[in-house]
Amino acid sequence: MAHGAGGKASRRLVEGLIAPLFANETLAPLADAAIFPVAACRIATTADAFVVKPLRFAGGSIGELCINGTLNDLAVSGACPRTIMVSLILEAGLETATLRAELEAMAAAAARAGVAIAGGDTKVVEHGACDRMFVTTFGVGVVDERLRLGAQHVRKGDRVLLSGPIGDHGITILLARGELELEADLRSDTRSVWPMVRALLDAVPDGVRWMRDPTRGGVATALNELARDAGCAIALHEDAIPLRSEVRGACEILGLDPLHIANEGQFLAVVAERDAQRALEAVRAVAGGEDAALVGTVQSEPARAVVGITGYGGTRMIDMLVGDPLPRIC
Amino acid sequence: MKYVDEFRDPQLIGGVAREIARSVDPHRHYRIMEVCGGHTRAIYRHGLRDVLPENIELVHGPGCPVCVLPTGRVDDGLAIAQRDDTILTCFGDMLRVPGTHGTPLELKARGADIRMVYSPLDALRIAQDNPAKHVCFFAIGFETTAPSTALTLLRARTLGVRNFSVFCNHVTIVPGMRAILDSPDMRIDGFVGPGHVATVIGCRPFEFVARDYGKPVVVAGFEPLDILEAILLIVRQLHAGEARVENQYRRIVLWEGNLAALRAMASAFELRPFFEWRGLGFISQSALKLAPAFADFDAEVRFRVPGVRVTDPKAAQCGEVLKGVLQPAHCKLFGTQCNPEHPVGALMVSSEGACAAYYRYVHRGEPVTA
Repeated sequence: MAHGAGGKASRRLVEGLIAPLFANETLAPLADAAIFPVAACRIATTADAFVVKPLRFAGGSIGELCINGTLNDLAVSGACPRTIMVSLILEAGLETATLRAELEAMAAAAARAGVAIAGGDTKVVEHGACDRMFVTTFGVGVVDERLRLGAQHVRKGDRVLLSGPIGDHGITILLARGELELEADLRSDTRSVWPMVRALLDAVPDGVRWMRDPTRGGVATALNELARDAGCAIALHEDAIPLRSEVRGACEILGLDPLHIANEGQFLAVVAERDAQRALEAVRAVAGGEDAALVGTVQSEPARAVVGITGYGGTRMIDMLVGDPLPRIC
Repeated sequence: MKYVDEFRDPQLIGGVAREIARSVDPHRHYRIMEVCGGHTRAIYRHGLRDVLPENIELVHGPGCPVCVLPTGRVDDGLAIAQRDDTILTCFGDMLRVPGTHGTPLELKARGADIRMVYSPLDALRIAQDNPAKHVCFFAIGFETTAPSTALTLLRARTLGVRNFSVFCNHVTIVPGMRAILDSPDMRIDGFVGPGHVATVIGCRPFEFVARDYGKPVVVAGFEPLDILEAILLIVRQLHAGEARVENQYRRIVLWEGNLAALRAMASAFELRPFFEWRGLGFISQSALKLAPAFADFDAEVRFRVPGVRVTDPKAAQCGEVLKGVLQPAHCKLFGTQCNPEHPVGALMVSSEGACAAYYRYVHRGEPVTA
């Protein structure tokens, strides 16, 4: 608890462990606020909170997730990420090695993206008041001046681009909790999507209408929100959706729809029909974007709905996720 | 994926769909009931309605265990969960089923120790890991899940676990089907038989449907090709004037069923004289209770379960939908007061409930008028 009390122990925690790992010029003064110059431009800001059990899982950890998740919220807003703030809520008794590992994961993820962690806060709460560690983040990015993104720009005939296989993160976490006697060679897809987004924006700057990272609630929820906001329909070609067989198998067994499963390293974009192929090629050319696919088309009817089209001509409505995805009995 | 992809092959599905279209009599209307909620879900999930001729009407049956569980039994289970020293365990489907004072999830949020398990054996493991607590498993399901409860009870007895019990709500499919067949407003031409149940009980228990009521039954799997093939076989029987039980799900289902599973059930359970089915009322010998030899593990014996009876909300027409008299969208509450976020009727709760499946895969969110 002393580490959160604001005295010597707090200072030791910040100076001894946190600041060296996140070292950069903006953070160095350890002042009450980080100060950095901004030219005349549009700024994007985002805040997020990360609560994940277990802290580490195949392919990632809460430390990596909190940075990538924040970067991705900026990226799908068309913003080049500039800086991130990280606030930690630590449960008394959390092992220093665990904290160090997560701070290192944050530092590494930020370094990969070329972004500075410019500040934050640390609180220590009583044992039992939180589950080991929670992280909240605040991100700032600079929006690409060429872009006008938003549901209001989406038009009939536009295509829906998906950056890669869905459900890896959600199913990995489900399996990592160890409640299921299921095993699969799966890893969370946590990563920054900014390199892919940047390639897309560079290839077709006028052609991108809308972007979203389909995290909790999955692709189904993100596209339903688009359909409702834009007053359009999204026809989703189910056979075109990239999906690993392990995810598909786990979903079949548990009665879950992969379209409702959370992702952490994918994004959805609506692009103008004329630019769709070029957009796809641009994303596929970036490492990690090889499985990107054009998975849907914007239609006018049925308005405010997402329609799945099966390989044999059947159709179904794809609704938002209600509550948590719960496995069915049989 | 083996045993899945070959049953979703667009060419094969197209072929069977065309064969059904060729086979049906355009002047005839076919009402075919899929008994199992898993079939209902698959039909909607794969958009099979779109590949069938207009004059084949698919009617949802009573085979969703969550849907037929009366509210009073949910309340009884939640009464057990409210004991300080108790952990209540249940399947995921159960967590959103509303009792009179909220769902298990809401009770959990208020502090009750309610945990989702994937198998009753997980519940037994929780009991072993928490010797200072009592762990009760809220058992529901047809013959599909009853054997795993039975095997868990046998293991609990062998291991001498004393802090474990089962609140048994297992029901059996045959009396439920018989209740529908005896209903005066029954207008079903044939049945897609419940494949998962049949993996346990086999095909023989369905022979009465053909023999006593003259209706074809085709036991079927849960992939699009399985369901379409079953429909084709039913249509062929109807045209030939036949009524018999056929086994389309031969890759899994044996005619005589799974004898080991049946033996486990026979040793752990006995039939209840009566059990209330939501929407269908009391049906005799339609549910299982723990056999006297397992009384120590019987939550109804160990705890004074209140034995609550709750009348279904009058406006919800679950019973009519369960009997195939009404389609989900024609219920007065469908899509308005009753939706997956706020289910009034049980058919809106589980993903296998006819109304939830219809809402999720067919309905577009706007109110539907009859």
